[in-house]
Amino acid sequence: MADAVSPTAAAEEEKVDGVAEEEVVNPWEVSGKIDYDKLIDKFGCQRLDDSLIDRVRRLTSVPPHVFLRRGVFFAHRDFNDILDAYEKGDKFYLYTGRGPSSEALHLGHLIPFMFTKYLQDAFKVPLVIQLTDDEKCMWKNLTVEESQRLARENAKDIIACGFDVSRTFIFSDFDYVGGAFYKNMVKVAKCVTYNKVVGIFGFTGEDHIGKVSFPPVQAVPSFPSSFPHLFTGKENLRCLIPCAIDQDPYFRMTRDVAPRIGYHKPALIESLFFPALQGENGKMSASDPNSAIYVTDSPKEIKDKINKYAFTGGQDTKEKQRLYGANLEVDIPVKYLSFFLDDDEELEHIKKEYGSGRMLTFDVKKRLIEVLTELVERHRRARAAVTDEMVDAFMAVRPLPNMFN
Amino acid sequence: MGYTKEQLLSRLQELRVDFTKYEHPAVLTVEAQAKYVGDVGSALSKNLFLKDKKQRFYIVSALANTTVDLKVLSQRLGLGKGGVRMAPEEALGEILQVPLGCVTPFAVINESARHVSLLLDQGFKSQKSCIFHPLSNDTSIALSANNLDNFLKSVGRDPSYVDLEANPKVGKDQPPDLAALVPSDSIDLPEISEKAPSSDSSVVKKISADIKPNAVKAKAVKTTDIIKPKDKAAGLQPPASFSDPGQFVEEILDKTSSLLLSEITEESINQHGGNLGVFVSDNVRKRLSSELKNLAIIFKNTAYTEGFHAGTHRQPRRQ
Repeated sequence: MADAVSPTAAAEEEKVDGVAEEEVVNPWEVSGKIDYDKLIDKFGCQRLDDSLIDRVRRLTSVPPHVFLRRGVFFAHRDFNDILDAYEKGDKFYLYTGRGPSSEALHLGHLIPFMFTKYLQDAFKVPLVIQLTDDEKCMWKNLTVEESQRLARENAKDIIACGFDVSRTFIFSDFDYVGGAFYKNMVKVAKCVTYNKVVGIFGFTGEDHIGKVSFPPVQAVPSFPSSFPHLFTGKENLRCLIPCAIDQDPYFRMTRDVAPRIGYHKPALIESLFFPALQGENGKMSASDPNSAIYVTDSPKEIKDKINKYAFTGGQDTKEKQRLYGANLEVDIPVKYLSFFLDDDEELEHIKKEYGSGRMLTFDVKKRLIEVLTELVERHRRARAAVTDEMVDAFMAVRPLPNMFN
Repeated sequence: MGYTKEQLLSRLQELRVDFTKYEHPAVLTVEAQAKYVGDVGSALSKNLFLKDKKQRFYIVSALANTTVDLKVLSQRLGLGKGGVRMAPEEALGEILQVPLGCVTPFAVINESARHVSLLLDQGFKSQKSCIFHPLSNDTSIALSANNLDNFLKSVGRDPSYVDLEANPKVGKDQPPDLAALVPSDSIDLPEISEKAPSSDSSVVKKISADIKPNAVKAKAVKTTDIIKPKDKAAGLQPPASFSDPGQFVEEILDKTSSLLLSEITEESINQHGGNLGVFVSDNVRKRLSSELKNLAIIFKNTAYTEGFHAGTHRQPRRQ
């Protein structure tokens, strides 16, 4: 999947004091301070409210994931229909993916996968993961071999997030496109005019035809008939797609086409963007290693990055801090803790103490460093246990007889 | 454990791979072998076991009278000049699990040779049949290249035939033509003194080159006193906690008991008294549940992968 990447030159607005930047959100570009309420309105999706979260808790009998509780996954399309069907005993499958453009994954990349793992375990449903090596080959001008290699390397980090091999199928486009998958691609392609893709994705006359014909590749994993080795006989199976909200245009197109070719519309559950270390107006970019925490960072690197580069809302001096407290709106350590600190009570406590000035930035950072170090260490260890053979097993076109158990 | 000659031969029979067997006293060189099977109407082979600077290994199997120039081969593999040399004797035992003088394409039946690249002389194809050792120096078998291919495919190998005498130009605009045959994984051996002398290409031409030409020099190379086992290469084996149930359980118990010990303190005893058990048990569950589930999923995935590997490599049922 295209991930939120650095903006094109055209979108780099000058930062004039007091004037909000024009926000841009599409699969290849995210910039500006995002107003999520406006975005939900503009895109036409729904807010994920507390009653839905409650419903999830009742249906799954496990505590809802921290990302649901904290509003990280905050918007959806048709998630209610998925839950209605689930209640009646009709299961669904999950579909998510990654565009393997670099070897180094940072925490922001892990978020959709961490959430998807929770969904897989809580609902006991199968999952397909698409690695769009062809997309990166085209957009990032990588060689075919390099993009395939990156896909396999990224697969290892994805597997390390803890997916169950007996219900997970990982595939790369270069390996898998063909057969029933390709037939669906053609069906989708026939329903989308050139003008429409230009409208959705902003293609120009200079863009090569590979880009223009790519969107169906990312659309068809939403249809169970694309995976005959998994879902033959289950043509009615619904699909739920956890993704970041910038992927919405791809799936709006897919949802538009689905009924015209006789398929269910896929449901979506969408997340906020993970902020860069330097704050909301900063950009997480592969060229700036200090803009994010990477899964390969050592404990020392994590400590240094948080201490040196994390944008804080704390006051300049201890005295001022005690007087005025911190600005939680812009404080990155608190934001990161709200993503990764599981204990609701502890987070509330920290917000209260830090916001009122009784706690210092130093303490908040210290706690964040602990939490992140533990997370990265767990990931590193799980990653070390992933062998090439395990990748082969996850990527083998094989039946998954226990995928709903 | 490496395969024995008997196991290999019975496997060939199961696969209906036709071969003719010749038994003779143990031989270490092609010359010696020729005395016994030189005139049975099949072509003798010479077999080299090579390694490159990045711990990747190769078997080069050629007709006895094909010229094999290691310098040229090295360039064609994209390893530069002098990038390959004869593998040390220890590697023979560790990786191919065959004795000295017994390098053979059949060694790839062994799991330990999984990442060894196999290069076969194109010349084999124009012979009626060719002679190889079936994992033992006291036997030779003759079979056609086709039959050899059938065996190789049955162990998951794609036979790669190469014109070993070709000497194509390798340069900026002419990429090394054999680069695809370089293994993707290196093999870590326990660290030993690597002063194994590389062979001259001239030596290779004449004798069965799996004898190190300086073997006669009575091993000026001695294994060092301290053998430091290297960490296993990541691709080869999962950490023991995840493949050995005993270790897995030990790890769970370690984590649980260390948490218990930290929870049961004077303070908590005073605080909870008789209810300490309930309190600690709840806490342990809350704090360890997700971590232990993560460990369990890795354990499951590892076991599944072992089964997957076994399944994809299993032999067809006997008829």
